[in-house]
Amino acid sequence: MTVATARPATATTQPKVAIRGFGMTFATPDKQVEVLRGIDLDVAPGELVCVLGPSGCGKTTLLNVIAGFLAPSEGTVRIDGEPVAGPDPRRIFVFQERGVFPWLTVEGNIGFGLWRLSETERRARVAHYVRLVGLEGFERAYPQELSGGMKQRVEVARALAVDPDVLYLDEPFGALDSITRLQMRGELLRIQERERKTVLFVTHDIDESVQLADRVVVMSARPAQVRKIVEIDIPHPRDLSSRRYIELRDGIFAEIGLAHRV
Amino acid sequence: MTGVALFVAAWAAAVQLSGTRLVPGPLAVVRALGELLSHGLLLRYLVASLFRVTWGFLLAAVVAIPAGIALGLSRRGEAALNPLMQVLRPISPLAWIPLAILWFGVGDRAAIWLIFIASFFSLLVTVIRAVHDVDPVHRNAALNFGLDRRRLLRDVVLPAILPQLVIGLRLTLGVAWLVVVAAEMIAVNSGVGFLIIDARNAGNRYDLVVAGMVMIGAVGLLLDTLVRRLERLPSVAWGFSA
Repeated sequence: MTVATARPATATTQPKVAIRGFGMTFATPDKQVEVLRGIDLDVAPGELVCVLGPSGCGKTTLLNVIAGFLAPSEGTVRIDGEPVAGPDPRRIFVFQERGVFPWLTVEGNIGFGLWRLSETERRARVAHYVRLVGLEGFERAYPQELSGGMKQRVEVARALAVDPDVLYLDEPFGALDSITRLQMRGELLRIQERERKTVLFVTHDIDESVQLADRVVVMSARPAQVRKIVEIDIPHPRDLSSRRYIELRDGIFAEIGLAHRV
Repeated sequence: MTGVALFVAAWAAAVQLSGTRLVPGPLAVVRALGELLSHGLLLRYLVASLFRVTWGFLLAAVVAIPAGIALGLSRRGEAALNPLMQVLRPISPLAWIPLAILWFGVGDRAAIWLIFIASFFSLLVTVIRAVHDVDPVHRNAALNFGLDRRRLLRDVVLPAILPQLVIGLRLTLGVAWLVVVAAEMIAVNSGVGFLIIDARNAGNRYDLVVAGMVMIGAVGLLLDTLVRRLERLPSVAWGFSA
């Protein structure tokens, strides 16, 4: 078992993200719906954590609260020790490609968050991230001329361009075909290798979580609680047919209660 | 174009063959247009009508666009004003004619007021709806990048509503052009609408009546074509591609 290159799950330093006793209840006209209950989670700086759960279990709500778009009903979310008060440019949320502004070109989108910089700096930064996500030649294209995967790359580049500490990714590759999805995972890991952000990645895809994460947080059905946290102690690049990969993946399958057969 | 040619041919043939006096033939209408042109009335009346439409429409846009954005962004403001809008909106602008004359007298200002009323509510409703349609994902993304209210308005809300706004402007301009004709039949003594009612009242010159109708159609088409050009600008066209 290789643990040497996997980063420690519980950092000795202050956690980047600290969630304590977090719960979320929505009021509908006729009843209260409890979506999330009693969640405790620490994410270390530079760690890539996948939050895994069935559709509709409240993973997105969890991410929306951590990102500051929603206030928690119970408990606290702290980042660098500070309670989250609202959305913050140091921590960028990447929506499934839908977050790309259709009225701006690729360049316009990637430079969107850079309005504090001078024109020269902005151009340089945009050019750098256009290259990083491999969109050279499409700088002047509008999103509707791009494929889903390219739009997703625009959104990732736009997020990275403001150099955030934390990235929130909400099923970012969910709308892509399976080949593009695999490529995008590779690109995310390649970028992560260089930029080393703290990443919270929400997904319902077990394989995706085991391929990407340092740790996988397995959620239960509603009201969602943390069911188990699985450390993925396989170094990158990960061999998807290795014994350990299959062991970890099947462990999660079993945890969720799925027989690994079709 | 072939459609127009066929229609004119059929019109000429029908008038010729039936010998009716209820409709002037195309040739009589062309002669009437020539007569208007030679008296300098064609241009003068068109300019008079366009002048009123331009002012009424522009004033409506200048008031309705900011007001619509403000109401679209403020749930409480809209809730307070919505019942009033819903009552005022179905009132035909023509119903305002007596009040318009009472307030402004017979003249340009009464006509401009009527066009303003006709354009204002249609634009206001369009803009409010467009603001409501701004994708919350885009708004959240913008807030995430630390945009303040002013930048959010300029960099997200305005560009996001532009395609619907341009369509709204085009449809409203069409309505304004309909209303100016009606307004001029009663509230002023120049313009294309006045030409039509005057030609009938002053001597049953139905060739001039139809000449006026032709002018209205031609200008309406021209206005529509001009605004349609806006829809091809990249900052607008994105809204029609998905």
